[in-house]
Amino acid sequence: MIAYLLKRLAAAVPVALAVSLICFLLVQLAPGDPLSVVLPSDATQEQIDATKARYGLDRPLVVQYALWLGNVLQGDLGTSIATGRPVGAEIANALGYSLSLAALAAGMAVVLGVGLGMVAGYSAGGWLDKLASAIAISGVSVPHYWLGIVLVVVFSAELNWLPAMGAANGDPGLTDRLRHMILPAIALAAMPMGIITRSVRALVAETLGREFVSALVARGLGQGAVFVHVAKNVAPTALAVLGVQIGYLMAGSILVETVFAWPGTGSLLNQAILQRDLPLLQGTILVLAMIFVGLNLIVDIVQPLFDPRISRT
Amino acid sequence: MKHSTPTALRRYSGAVSASLCAAVLALGLGGAAQAQGTLRIAMTAGDVPLPNGQTDQGAEGMRFMGYQVFEALIAYDLSSPDKPVTLIPGLATEWTVNPDDPTKWTFKLREGVKFHDGSDFDAEAVVWNFAKILRPEAAQFDEKQAAQGKGRVPTVVDFRAVDPLTVEITTSMPDALLPFNVAWIVMSSPAAFATAGSWDAFLAAPSGTGPFKVQSYTPRERAILVRNDAYWNPARMPKLDAVELIPVPDASARVAALRAGQVDWAEAPPPDAMDSLTGAGFEIVSNVYPHVWPWHFSMLEGSPWADIRVRKAANLAIDRAGMKQLLGGMMVEAEGMVPPTSDWFGTPEFKVTYDPAAAAALMAEAGYSKENPVTVKAIISTSGSGQMQPLLMNELIQQNLAEIGIKVEFDVRDWNALLANWRAGAADPTTDGATSTNSSYFSQDPFTALIRHVDSRLIAPKGTNWGQYMSPEVDAIIDRIRSSFDPAAQLTAIQELHEHYVDNALFLFVAHDVAPRALAPSVKGFVPPQNWFIDLTTVSIE
Repeated sequence: MIAYLLKRLAAAVPVALAVSLICFLLVQLAPGDPLSVVLPSDATQEQIDATKARYGLDRPLVVQYALWLGNVLQGDLGTSIATGRPVGAEIANALGYSLSLAALAAGMAVVLGVGLGMVAGYSAGGWLDKLASAIAISGVSVPHYWLGIVLVVVFSAELNWLPAMGAANGDPGLTDRLRHMILPAIALAAMPMGIITRSVRALVAETLGREFVSALVARGLGQGAVFVHVAKNVAPTALAVLGVQIGYLMAGSILVETVFAWPGTGSLLNQAILQRDLPLLQGTILVLAMIFVGLNLIVDIVQPLFDPRISRT
Repeated sequence: MKHSTPTALRRYSGAVSASLCAAVLALGLGGAAQAQGTLRIAMTAGDVPLPNGQTDQGAEGMRFMGYQVFEALIAYDLSSPDKPVTLIPGLATEWTVNPDDPTKWTFKLREGVKFHDGSDFDAEAVVWNFAKILRPEAAQFDEKQAAQGKGRVPTVVDFRAVDPLTVEITTSMPDALLPFNVAWIVMSSPAAFATAGSWDAFLAAPSGTGPFKVQSYTPRERAILVRNDAYWNPARMPKLDAVELIPVPDASARVAALRAGQVDWAEAPPPDAMDSLTGAGFEIVSNVYPHVWPWHFSMLEGSPWADIRVRKAANLAIDRAGMKQLLGGMMVEAEGMVPPTSDWFGTPEFKVTYDPAAAAALMAEAGYSKENPVTVKAIISTSGSGQMQPLLMNELIQQNLAEIGIKVEFDVRDWNALLANWRAGAADPTTDGATSTNSSYFSQDPFTALIRHVDSRLIAPKGTNWGQYMSPEVDAIIDRIRSSFDPAAQLTAIQELHEHYVDNALFLFVAHDVAPRALAPSVKGFVPPQNWFIDLTTVSIE
């Protein structure tokens, strides 16, 4: 088990490095000028060159990458060109918002997805299966920003039940905070809910068809005991799916956060892209990528607990 | 094999959904009531403008933070929707140029003005603020504010306090446009900076002299401004208790927030939302302001636009009224670089209008026709600040020009890439054979409106004369504008320069934006001036 863990950890290092290099290069490839936000739009080339030198953007790319990586390894993600605030603090703040929203959305997606998937799997071919599958397909197919806009139109603009945008201001109570989170969380949860439902349904249906289940039933085990066996067999694969889906949620959604003006990592990324704020953009992408790597690592670690065969391979 | 759904699961799912519904209802009905007299504004910016003084987020930052919390020596008269905006005394009561040495200006300061922290506004504070953006060795020098402000006062080389209420500013050459430039530079409190110790710490307790002061500032979320009860100008004492500035970059989210009652004021609603907003009782407010949406022609050899007949023909071929209809009425038809209502418009002989027959005749004279067209390549952008609806508008122009024998090929670029080429100039390789670019221009003062595009000494990349227009006549007019210290003589020279623009059809003059904003019925007393900036002190909430 320890060897397995170390192997997984060691594998994550080159992935992280590759991710850092790719996100650095991708950001450099984007058209536009990172200094356009700190300089007036009618700045002359001369002013731009001077400012470029001040931010070290006139150096060769290799040098810029080495310096950036060196600082990142020491925990310094640099300073935003647009605002002058430390990138680390910006991301930490935004991450708090995205994570709370992701937690709520993940809760909704997992509870509904696993529940619907189980129901559908158990009643494969029946009307409950069709209903659950219809909900799942809608969740996967409907663009979540569009769903967000529809939710806002119905529940905010027309019914005036819930706020249309923003996080609660100042120091809100839990109720106010939740009110602001419900609509974006539903919009975010729709797609992972659909994917989880479909995966769980397929897994349950497939497991139920396997011989060991027939054997268990033949031996007279009760429904509850059979369910436990099915769940144990479904869990490892379902966990992998959950990990990836929760990863997507954690990374925030540029579209949903923009539609709801939610101050999380998605809108931070959107702003960094629009302003060509290189340090902020690189830092945010890196942190989000690391969250993915970390979540996959956790899934890799948790999976063998359910299925010891995995750690032996 | 058939399996039945476990009954327990069925029972629980019903209970869960019922309690979820109840929770949603309970949360929804607990909506907080808004304090009276608080105006909540949804801005287009992605972040709250920094409350440091010379703020960021472009003109919108200056509109809502810069000129509400801080003030300059010279202000804009924003009190009327009907007349062009002029300069008026701000923190300075008068300013004069030394007749013997026109590089030296004297500013008399207003007495009794205090910063929000209670410290005095005086000549030392003015000197300190100029050093904040122009003296890298000063303790209070701020790179961010310098980036926003330094380029606005390119001729200022020295500044000193003569006495507590008098400041002398020295320019590198006689510069009669200095008052326009000084109106950009706003005053932050030196005492508040001393207490804070750094500009980052200053953001937690910002201090200016303006009618509003910052109560709280949360990056990326909101700033709350409250009335400054000690404001020096009783005539401009804010009616509002507070203003909340909320960044909402997505246009549909701004409209939704307005309709949900989360904000009272939404900047730049999308054209397709106008009808439904007015139908729902919201007011769309707009006015022409110093902005122009042109095609900037290359005058380099080989450019078809070097021929004045082609330039004039194109200007006569554009159906601007049709374009206005396309934009839901949200534009003013351009007849020159500045709106026809501007003081600077003058009386040009060439009338920019829609006359396809006259346009075709001019093209025939130049040797082209619909059957034998000249081909031009035009750089355009997909979006961008001040670009209005660039694709829609350019497609209409393409159709209009095709009618008179100008075949347009588009070179569509990202907005930032377009700007990069605009700085580099028409002769730069990145222009890639194009003969016009489509950057909308801010024209708040004579330099940005007229001088910078045509001064032969400002050819890109040195300046921003993208098209390399060169004319000794124009340079002479510009010199007269810069050296006319008598406002009337200066105005005449500015009008002459604008007449030259129109009579020579130097640009394809297309549209002026009208800055639409949507207001809730509860918002009263807003006066939309013909300007980028606005006065929030007249606004109240019912």
